[in-house]
Amino acid sequence: MNKKQKDTLRRILISAAILICLQLISVQRFSGLDAWLFPGAGRWIRLALYLINYYIIGWSTLKKAFKGIRNRQVFDENFLMAVATLGALALAIYENGDYAEAIAVMLFYQIGEWFESYAVGKSRRNISQLMDIRPDYANIEQDGKLIRVDPDEIEPGSIIVVQPGEKVPIDGAVTEGSSALNTSALTGESLPREVGAGDEIISGCINMSGLLKVRTTKKFEESTVSKILELVENAGERKSRQEDFISKFARVYTPAVCFSALALAILPPLVRLIFMGLAPMWGVWIYRALTFLVISCPCALVISIPLSFFAGIGGASRAGILIKGSNFLETLSKTDCVVFDKTGTLTQGVFEVEGVHHSIMEDKKLLEYAALAESASSHPISRSLQKAHGKEPDRSRVKDIQEISGAGVLATVDGRQVAAGNDKLMKRLGVEYRDCHSVGTIIHMAIDGQYAGHILISDVVKAHAKAAISALKKAGVEKTVMLTGDIKAVAEHVASKLGIDRVYSQLLPGDKVQKMEELLKEEKKEGKLAFVGDGINDAPVLARADIGIAMGALGSDAAIEAADVVLMDDDPLKIAKAIKISRKCLGIVYENIVFAIGIKLICLVLGALGIANMWLAVFADVGVMVLAVLNAMRCLFVYKL
Amino acid sequence: MKKSYKIDVDCANCANKMEQAACGTPGVKNATVNYMALKMTVEFQDGEDASAVMKQVLKNCKRVESDCEIFL
Repeated sequence: MNKKQKDTLRRILISAAILICLQLISVQRFSGLDAWLFPGAGRWIRLALYLINYYIIGWSTLKKAFKGIRNRQVFDENFLMAVATLGALALAIYENGDYAEAIAVMLFYQIGEWFESYAVGKSRRNISQLMDIRPDYANIEQDGKLIRVDPDEIEPGSIIVVQPGEKVPIDGAVTEGSSALNTSALTGESLPREVGAGDEIISGCINMSGLLKVRTTKKFEESTVSKILELVENAGERKSRQEDFISKFARVYTPAVCFSALALAILPPLVRLIFMGLAPMWGVWIYRALTFLVISCPCALVISIPLSFFAGIGGASRAGILIKGSNFLETLSKTDCVVFDKTGTLTQGVFEVEGVHHSIMEDKKLLEYAALAESASSHPISRSLQKAHGKEPDRSRVKDIQEISGAGVLATVDGRQVAAGNDKLMKRLGVEYRDCHSVGTIIHMAIDGQYAGHILISDVVKAHAKAAISALKKAGVEKTVMLTGDIKAVAEHVASKLGIDRVYSQLLPGDKVQKMEELLKEEKKEGKLAFVGDGINDAPVLARADIGIAMGALGSDAAIEAADVVLMDDDPLKIAKAIKISRKCLGIVYENIVFAIGIKLICLVLGALGIANMWLAVFADVGVMVLAVLNAMRCLFVYKL
Repeated sequence: MKKSYKIDVDCANCANKMEQAACGTPGVKNATVNYMALKMTVEFQDGEDASAVMKQVLKNCKRVESDCEIFL
């Protein structure tokens, strides 16, 4: 609690205590004072005591109301509360009746304000604690001693020291030492990551065990941690339709209720007097109008909707899902079609040699020839061959490398003519080849013009990919689509294995945008389309989709820029989780809208009919606000989704 | 040009009022108030002097909500 809150709380408690004491003394007891002093003394003393109490609880509101009038802000809620309670007091003085009501209304109003400020402050702190990844300092070694400096001052390429228990302040590569890193604040993943010399590490991780020396590769402001913090802090600026609706509603609601209050105070008594010939009953109708004023504050709505979104975004970021704005949370909740770019999202994007078939020599020997022939290329396929071969290729054994685009390579290895490539290459060389019955990328090999067998290479499907697709279906996604540049057989094999509805294969990067356009046209009016990519060279598609989700994006600035939702690790299960979080959050938002507006409208009607008194009105104002805020806080809890 | 400022304000509706007041200030192209983060982001029109405009923004905000603060 800050000073202001403590102050308000003290006033609330004092005023409540005085109110209870005064209520215990009956009007007759006060009248007894008349005989002691002068006739009517009891009444005045009672009034004075209540007024003092009113002043204790209400002076701040009165002061603000006065300032509001001076600045011509009539529909200021302080002004409305002041009018309502002063009006009620005036009626009570006139009738020597129940002063408690006016004071109680003010009291509850203050309790509501206090609670709002307390709850918001608390959730603000909670959420900033969740995102407590900002490193305060970086260690550098100088003359054998460690000194702490501002991470902003570190130039890329400097060596920093990260001790156990400290956060990695800047992205870099480990030069010395090994340790386990806790990445849970970034990715929501609780398993520590082992790192050693040569590994790239990202800022925001916590070093758990060993001392690390790190060569920084970026400036602090361009490091992952800065990017993430910036993203989360700016998330509130993109407002959802619900938030816009509420702020527009609030603008209309207060004046509307105030004018109806005015009409309620004047019209019915006049009608009774002039047309019906009855007593006007001014007191009754003014009281009902004052009840209206108490309900006129839109606070419950105005606070609970942004708070729900804020808590939802905060909760999601704790789970390793960064959502760039409330509007994206809203769009995400309507997603009924998820389009995947295969490589990097459903598959690891790492090719592996799965087998060597029909080889005329030892499998290892054939792999060696393939690896040597492809040694000049940096293509993922050739890298997978190098990896399977397991040794650094001896380049001196290879001569006359000739790359044939879209077909393969020709080279001379150990004096023998080696050709490695697809069926096109074999046809071109006039070599008879054998097709493979397995699905994957096939490298046919021919040595000295003779077919020597083929190597099967395939992309590895991620462990959670199948579960992720079924989780999406369970979350209510109707259609899953996969786009890939891969050949048809591979694409369809992966799709059927994972349970994906539709596949478009052999797409060039440009085709993907075109396919996306087609898919967007097919979408139903209310449904939204999400595209999931790994953020590498699919930025145009990410941008074109209703909502772009980049995954495994740690360290990739381009992805963080282009996407609307960023998954910190590369687990595809997180997509379904993100959708579930958004649905829960939007559900709570609608609950709050309906609940708050509903209760207020009911109370307005009851108030106009004279059934609801001010006590109920103040519940409609404060009680609803407290409940809506508590409901909004549920958005923070996303672990079980 | 875009700049963000820390603010202090007590209620969500007041934050909305500040946003409107800031948007209506001459020299401001667009302004958003993030109540939960207590931050105001102001986009200035080209060629405007940010600090001079912000003084006026503060004045306008104070008018609609006396109890607010913008840390310039």
